[in-house]
Amino acid sequence: MAIRSFFVPFLLLVLWFYSSLSPVLSLYEDQVGLMDWHQQYIGKVKQAVFSTQKTGRRRVIVSTEENVIASLDLRHGEIFWRHLLGSNDVIDGIDIGLGKYVITLSSGGSILRSWNLPDGQMVWESFLQGPKHSKSLLLLPTNLKIEKDNVIVVFSNDRLHAVSCIDGEVLWKKDFETESFETQQVIQPPGSDLIYVVGFAASSQFEMYQINARNGELLKHESAIFSSGFLRELSLVSSETVVALDSTGSILLTISFQNGEISFQQTPISNIVEDSSGPAVIIPSSVPGIFAIKINSVTIFIRVIGKGKLEVVEKLNQETAVSNALPISESQQAFALVQHAGSEIHLVAKLAHDWDANLLKESIKMDQQRGIPHKVFINNYIRTDRSHGFRLLIVMEDHSLLLLQQGAIVWSREDGLASIIDVTASELPVERDGVSVAKVEHNLFEWLKGHMLKLKGTLMLASPEDVAAIQSMRLKSSEKSKMARDHNGFRKLLIVLTRAGKLFALHTGDGHIVWSHLLHKSEACQSPVGLNLYQWQVPHHHALDENPSVLVISRCGPSSDAPGVLSFVDTYTGKELNSLSLDHAVVQVIPLPHTDSTEQRLHLLIDSDKHAHLYPKTSEALGIFKREFSNIYWYSVEDHNSIIKGHALKCKCTGEVADEFCFDARDLWSVVFPSESEKITATVTRKLNEMVHTQAKVMADQDVMYKYISRNLLFVATVAPKGSGEIGSVTPEESWLVAYLIDIVTGRILYRVTHHGAQGPVHAVFSENWVVYHFFNLRAHRYEMSVIEIYDQSRADNKDVWKLVLGKHNLTSRISLFSRPEVITKSQSYFFTHSVKAIAVTSTAKGITSKQLLIGTIGDQVLALDKRFLDPRRSVNPTQAEKEEGIIPLTDSLPIIPQSYVTHALRVEGLRGIITVPAKLESTTLVFAHGVDLFFTQLAPSRTYDSLTEDFSYALLLITIVALVAAIFVTWRLSERKELQDKWR
Amino acid sequence: MKSVKVIVPFLLALSLLSFSSFGFQSDELLVDDEEFGLEGSPQHRSSEPVLTRSQPVTRKRHSDLDSDSKIQFSLDHAFGDSDFSPAGTFSARLKTWSHGGQTLTKLRFSRNSFTDENKEKFKNLLKSDDFYRIRLPSKALSPPGRDFVISSVKARCLLREGLDEHFVIHMEGVNVLAVNYGSPGSCPYPRNLKFPAKWSFNSHTVLKNSEQAPRAPVFTEEILGDENAEGEVVQPPERPFWAKYWMYLIPLGLIVMNAVTQAMNMPEEQASGQAPAQGQPSAGAVQRGPSSAARRR
Repeated sequence: MAIRSFFVPFLLLVLWFYSSLSPVLSLYEDQVGLMDWHQQYIGKVKQAVFSTQKTGRRRVIVSTEENVIASLDLRHGEIFWRHLLGSNDVIDGIDIGLGKYVITLSSGGSILRSWNLPDGQMVWESFLQGPKHSKSLLLLPTNLKIEKDNVIVVFSNDRLHAVSCIDGEVLWKKDFETESFETQQVIQPPGSDLIYVVGFAASSQFEMYQINARNGELLKHESAIFSSGFLRELSLVSSETVVALDSTGSILLTISFQNGEISFQQTPISNIVEDSSGPAVIIPSSVPGIFAIKINSVTIFIRVIGKGKLEVVEKLNQETAVSNALPISESQQAFALVQHAGSEIHLVAKLAHDWDANLLKESIKMDQQRGIPHKVFINNYIRTDRSHGFRLLIVMEDHSLLLLQQGAIVWSREDGLASIIDVTASELPVERDGVSVAKVEHNLFEWLKGHMLKLKGTLMLASPEDVAAIQSMRLKSSEKSKMARDHNGFRKLLIVLTRAGKLFALHTGDGHIVWSHLLHKSEACQSPVGLNLYQWQVPHHHALDENPSVLVISRCGPSSDAPGVLSFVDTYTGKELNSLSLDHAVVQVIPLPHTDSTEQRLHLLIDSDKHAHLYPKTSEALGIFKREFSNIYWYSVEDHNSIIKGHALKCKCTGEVADEFCFDARDLWSVVFPSESEKITATVTRKLNEMVHTQAKVMADQDVMYKYISRNLLFVATVAPKGSGEIGSVTPEESWLVAYLIDIVTGRILYRVTHHGAQGPVHAVFSENWVVYHFFNLRAHRYEMSVIEIYDQSRADNKDVWKLVLGKHNLTSRISLFSRPEVITKSQSYFFTHSVKAIAVTSTAKGITSKQLLIGTIGDQVLALDKRFLDPRRSVNPTQAEKEEGIIPLTDSLPIIPQSYVTHALRVEGLRGIITVPAKLESTTLVFAHGVDLFFTQLAPSRTYDSLTEDFSYALLLITIVALVAAIFVTWRLSERKELQDKWR
Repeated sequence: MKSVKVIVPFLLALSLLSFSSFGFQSDELLVDDEEFGLEGSPQHRSSEPVLTRSQPVTRKRHSDLDSDSKIQFSLDHAFGDSDFSPAGTFSARLKTWSHGGQTLTKLRFSRNSFTDENKEKFKNLLKSDDFYRIRLPSKALSPPGRDFVISSVKARCLLREGLDEHFVIHMEGVNVLAVNYGSPGSCPYPRNLKFPAKWSFNSHTVLKNSEQAPRAPVFTEEILGDENAEGEVVQPPERPFWAKYWMYLIPLGLIVMNAVTQAMNMPEEQASGQAPAQGQPSAGAVQRGPSSAARRR
């Protein structure tokens, strides 16, 4: 009986194994959120509009630099709804119309959309064309109506449009004939039917158009010339007065165009500000009667009194952000100022016409790592005592968004995480004595209760409440967010660098932020731009008491030859250990495969003059480096003129100041792609830390092929210059794609293949001895994926077992890449349904587990595709032996199995990159996908063959064992008794 | 890439004759590349995959149709970081195809012999294990074109009996994409210092053009064809009985086996005169215990 009851499930298991010949990776519904987490962000806020609706939930509508329009809950900062517009659909302006529509202007002012405020559904969309590109301005006059229709005034593409708020119909449009007219402001004085369009023409001419808002009729056109020219910025001080600066930035011009008459009023800045030096810039604001200018780092607020008379009201030395004006009553307008002062920020809300009285004055402690305030938006509410209360939404330097009210931070969002530029992983500290498991497990009773629940669940006795309890218990398991290393290596820190130049450490367990660090500003570098992240120190064997650290490479300024800055950050604490301002640019960073005695990795930094600089600058590092001096090669890709060059080190830098750590480079080889027929579009190399378990691949016919595993292979894809545009812009005859495998030490082209009628964009991934790339096939009108596998023939004769046993093989001998390579390649192409945003490959600790490709699809999901589908040995009718080996019969397209979406039901909006990190457990790999959203999960491409699943009930096992032991004793006693009875008989 | 060297004797003889005018003994191996006539130019797009090597006959026919002209371009070399100086000349025939594409065929190479100065420089390279560098113009028709293509090799790698060199010139039409330079065989590591017995080069040259990618297989037509043939349902092949019902048969067999064992035990117990008072049979193990004990007695 016992045997049978065991055998049937075993049979089923075997059956199941056979049926799952193509291993599908999928989750059950209750496993969602166990190992994965998903975070939603919006990016740096550009513009915010508060929904002032009396009823309904309070919300704020924001547009961001990631092209997101979102509606946020004003109480908690959660996202009600969110839309990610395409990357070329940049948002120019947002506003709320009729209290229930969100109006957005995007794509350089050519698309106007209306969204339903409560749920974010699109109501209408209209396209606004115009003669030429220009500044885009969106204006929603509150009480301008044309035939009971509320009007949206849009200036875009050098044309003024009046659009109906209800259906997006263009009511009238108006072109401006003047050549080189650049519109700066569109003004609609409240309560009138006029629209003023003001701007500059030919740099020294001020132009004003007065237009009838009802029909677009031009009422008046005036222009005036100011001989010394203007700076391209205007500040609006009243509906009929603007302030501009002359081209030298030293004279303020008050321009009023009352009743259509333009009059200038010149005020030299030195007259009103005593110690002014250097040119001034106008800070754009729209506070009536007041404008702000910035000289050096001093912000000066100037009031306009009467007929162009100016008066300085305040000078502020700290970094200051000013909000737009907010009407709080019929005649009063308020605005807010935010100043940064050390660890605090000072908030001030003032009335526009009364500078000295403060409506609000608060100081709030602010995390230093958030930097200075960049933007502030003000909103008011009626307090319980009927007075005005103000809440401020501020955007900080690290792109975070905070809501401040009553002197406290109500909520904050870390929206810098929406623009990650580089990721690396770091280990957590080893578990110390202080933190023990017992502390985590509360007490024995809880523990027992938990296991009883699990047992009930396993035996299918659990009620729905119990199931819910079990689920929440599993999700909340404090085990996974512990701040210590675990045995399986699932818990790690993801160190991410954001575009704002801030480092975050995210815990892989639940994605919470462990620490964050804004890149240090120094005198030498005011605005470092973060570029890359490298693992600087990974303590391994003999330096375990050191904390691991990462190297952040940043650049001082926007141009590519600006000097670099190196920062070293401790990954346990987030403290900046050291910061170096370099005197050279950083064009390329090469982590060398050598570490010094404190496990600091040697890095070679290549500057714009092709000098190589060694870091760390220690004599020990230099000693290690000298030993490997002649074995260091690298390559550089010159995208613009399609040349790839190989370099080696020559000697110490000559000419300059004696620097032991600086070396000259020389060119060893070059590949010159014909500029008329090829253009580099993608270059991919293998990951440096990738592990390859076996060099040999055993074929179905017991033959052995040796993988050509070289870290020095480069995959290059070039396309025809004509075909580098969008898909469909060329005919198949004039577009092609050439794929190359190039050895970067010698510059040998190991393989070269042309795909005719193919077009980019090319996405590729390189791993072990294969490369997979994705492109568009113009002839078949479909996307295609190709695989190239490269095998080493020089080792192919090592097939004799005796040779291997006796050691007469050349497998361990050192190979020189200067030998002529004997390689063979195999390749195959398949159709693929999706277009692709990113491709990555799973990586495991030892490289034993089979690989999966992780494809970021156009739908912002991550699809796991088994590498076996991209095996060039696939054929239509594989032999029996090949089938046993696991070769899938050839199909023309790659299957997309819905269950194999790693992101299951979630979307990683704006997906940009997929990073895989091996866990310590061989079967498992950690996957981190980032875009505007973040997503993390664990994957087991060949299932978790080396561990029990997380929900394995140890209690059930224990109880079974105990029951079995008891049963043995009982039956033993019974048989004893029976035997005794038999003997007595 | 296998490169089978096809030595055309009469070509060799011809070239020997023609190059004797250069005034040095050339013992270079003139290798006629087997690949130049293989696929034609990349512009030559045939819808069928090129599988067979074109015969010399067809090649001749092509050259009859298309106009040929001779071109020359020079090879420069440099020792270590020195400047480049002329080292030899490549000559080839420029073939203009009827569809407008141009390719190079019949590449010949003649190397200038090393002067004493060169020999000295080369020896220095060998001593310091430094690079011997060569370069070619990136445009064969109008040298140097946009840039030179450079290739380098450790000088010690070239050493055999004399000096062996191997050029792989990657062409794209008439453009030289890259040149791969090195020894024709392997270069052992570590490289030991020795000097050549003969100061003459043994040159091998190969011209390479791009391969055509295999087309992605298209099966849809076949499937459509099947459906269009007629709406008949394809009968799944009849599987043997065992293959169909094995999952039922195995448990059944086990049950039968179990039952038989029990049945075998029962008569045995009865035969041995045991009391049949055992009521319902409990677990087999318990049951069998006493019976074996009884037998032992």
